[in-house]
Amino acid sequence: MADSGVTDGFEKTDGIERAKSEGKELTKEEKQRLRKEKKQQKKNKEKKDDRASQESGREKQGVSSAASAPQPSAQSAAQKAPSAVPAPVPVAASEAPAPAPAPADKPAKSKAELKAERRARQDAERASKHGKKGDPGQPGAAGKPKAPTSELQPVVKRLPEHIQVDNPDVLKKLAKKLERQQTPGQNSAKKIPLRLDYGYKVSLFSHLHQYSRKAPLTQQLSIPSTVIHPAIVRLGLQYSQGIVAGSNARSVALLHAFRQVIRDYTTPPNEELSRDLVNRLKPYISFLNQCRPLSASMGNAIKYIKKEISNIPSQCKEEEAKSKLLHCIEWYIKEKIILAAKAIAESSIEKISDGDVILIYGCSSLVNHILCEAFEKSRKFRVIVVDSRPRLEGREALRRLVQRGISCTYVLISAVSYILPEVSKVFLGAHALLANGYVMSRVGTSQIALVAKAFNVPVLVCCETYKFCERVQTDSFVSNELDDPDDLIVTRNGRTQLENWQQEPSLGLLNLVYDVTPPDFVDLVITELGMIPCTSVPVVLRVKNVDQ
Amino acid sequence: MNEEELVEYFRAQVGKDPDMASAVAAIRTLLEFLKRDKGETILGLRESLTWATACLKGVDSSVAVSSGGELFLRFISLTSLEHQDLSRCKKVMEERGELFLEKISMSRNKVAKLCHTFIKDGAKILTHSYSRVVLRVLEKAAAEKKRFSVYVTESQPDAAGRQMAETLKKLNVPVTVVLDAAVGYVLEKVDLVIVGAEGVVESGGIINKIGTYQMALCSKAHNKPFYVVAESFKFVRLYPLNQQDVPDKFKVRRPFSLFDGFPSPHSDVLTGACFPSQYKADTLKSVKNLSEEHPIIDYTPPSLITLLFTDLGVLTPSAVSDELIKLYL
Repeated sequence: MADSGVTDGFEKTDGIERAKSEGKELTKEEKQRLRKEKKQQKKNKEKKDDRASQESGREKQGVSSAASAPQPSAQSAAQKAPSAVPAPVPVAASEAPAPAPAPADKPAKSKAELKAERRARQDAERASKHGKKGDPGQPGAAGKPKAPTSELQPVVKRLPEHIQVDNPDVLKKLAKKLERQQTPGQNSAKKIPLRLDYGYKVSLFSHLHQYSRKAPLTQQLSIPSTVIHPAIVRLGLQYSQGIVAGSNARSVALLHAFRQVIRDYTTPPNEELSRDLVNRLKPYISFLNQCRPLSASMGNAIKYIKKEISNIPSQCKEEEAKSKLLHCIEWYIKEKIILAAKAIAESSIEKISDGDVILIYGCSSLVNHILCEAFEKSRKFRVIVVDSRPRLEGREALRRLVQRGISCTYVLISAVSYILPEVSKVFLGAHALLANGYVMSRVGTSQIALVAKAFNVPVLVCCETYKFCERVQTDSFVSNELDDPDDLIVTRNGRTQLENWQQEPSLGLLNLVYDVTPPDFVDLVITELGMIPCTSVPVVLRVKNVDQ
Repeated sequence: MNEEELVEYFRAQVGKDPDMASAVAAIRTLLEFLKRDKGETILGLRESLTWATACLKGVDSSVAVSSGGELFLRFISLTSLEHQDLSRCKKVMEERGELFLEKISMSRNKVAKLCHTFIKDGAKILTHSYSRVVLRVLEKAAAEKKRFSVYVTESQPDAAGRQMAETLKKLNVPVTVVLDAAVGYVLEKVDLVIVGAEGVVESGGIINKIGTYQMALCSKAHNKPFYVVAESFKFVRLYPLNQQDVPDKFKVRRPFSLFDGFPSPHSDVLTGACFPSQYKADTLKSVKNLSEEHPIIDYTPPSLITLLFTDLGVLTPSAVSDELIKLYL
């Protein structure tokens, strides 16, 4: 069945196709040849002449192996591959097998068609491999849910793993990735554990993780030490228990922990600091991600640090490099968080006039800072704090404002339409600002913005530019965070109603953390670059990228 | 050049060419000031230019003068002033100033070229008060042999709309003057609404003669397109949230000529001397309770505006912020 050592590309193709079509196992030799053939195909695609000759070659092969036509088509039908493209194509052609080329017009064959054929061949190969191993899962096509079936889009986009929890393949990939991320030479007891989901998940959100606060990841870590630095372990525990909460607080805590990591770091022999340190950080980030999903601000901070580390020149001495990195981190905290807050407070104070009634929601460190600054500058205003269960963060904001002497009112979110006729402005904090102008913030924010719009009350969002992210989202389902469902259980008058919610098969508790507000409901975004409308977020991102 | 000379030069410029925007006159004055300045340092030069702009704002506190002055300052200093010799630097700044002036004198024609294509044959247009930019657009459309008719609001308290109607009659355009209160009534007959602007703010909204906001609300309710024509030097770094948020100094203006008995120049939206008793010379300084003064301008939010025609191109309101960032940063 196998051709013996013939180097001609056309012959190779023929031999392997015949092998596949006969359903036999691929030997090592053939696998190697397949790999070489793929590489050559990639090269050939760039040269038009080769492509034409290959097409003519394949056409010949297709015609000659017409006898094996029914078998490969049966095989390809059995595979659930996105070969919808090559499938109708051979239908038009005479009796060419599924992986064979297009009908009569050879030069008109587009790049996309070639790619589709190659993909079909890859899937055929994968299917035969899976057949060998007895793996029940679907071939890799399921791992690429965005793999296009149209000819016009050869680029395959991958969804991030943390929002594909209901896909068993993705979970397997994640587990493997965690194993790989430890430095080589360590036994399996020191790997990063995988945190398991807890409780019944509402079906709309089954693609997200839902963890229980009573089972933090740190319990699964072995003692004495794992591959994770103790400062990171402590940080992970603080995140998962909610001790450190709030976008700015989490980012600053992360940067401080990374500072500690860098101080304790020593370059192993024969390694470069710029590459090794980045690899060291990867398992930490996976660990933190499992303790609590990373926020957009944390993501941007990590990108910045990784960039700074990889920009360290290789001839730089270790001490110098480390002090440079520590300096960079301090600069980032100072400029992007602390000074930005000052600049935002200055701009916002212009918008607060005497006699204003300002409504705030939850506890945003930035909004609290602004209100305290405005009060210092002797603006006369009063504040209405809106709060919601189960976090009840508004109480913390209330405490901070009342301590300063600002007169406050406290309501729950169910009373917001009652109180809004009194309000002159709404100040909201943000967790992230998305590239299409949507504001991602604590759940309940979009509700308040909606009701404020209905009452014609201006809504101002205060956000530092380091929270701007390039993601685009139009609803709160695609990417969100599910908190511990047990938080919704409350004991009143000695009775706990939802205690046994797990026993009820049709009952699910949903504790969402974030929601997105469309830009039509937001009148103004105050950043340290000035006051911009919500639709100008991509402009700021563009300007920032130019700066960097 | 001290304050009196400055103000007099400004008035002379405005009186010389009544068709010129007050911002252009201000920029000419600033250029002249720059030429005559005897400062020794660049920083001193910049400070004196800022002082001169402030003086002019005190004379004519319209949005356009403040935005024009600031843009002028930015434009001339947006070059490398690394030369050792101060006179060379000054020369560079003067050249850039002349360039800036040349650019903005072409701006009205650019706007007219962009906008007249949106006026179809047989269109009925509604406009508000007296605007020279809108006039230029309609002139261009008439020159292209388009047939259209115009409704102009009377635009009290100074009846500037009547003047617009007079000018349009000279172009042989059929024109009707309507009451300010009749905007809702007449909107079902018109096809599109075109207004000028005194200032374009960061959100993409505009500041214009009082009555514009009403007109925008009505046209939104009737689903008629609401177009704004404005030159780019009117872009200003304000961000009002509502009517109350517009600074008071813009709301109460005086046509500076009345008090001194000069012939009334035409500012962008006001004619001169109809009701001198209502507008005293230093309204801002003398009147204690501004809430009794009637505002002369209002703010139209960007959600009511369909398109803005500027010399930078045809923009949607959300693109204005983009342009402003490019201009000012």
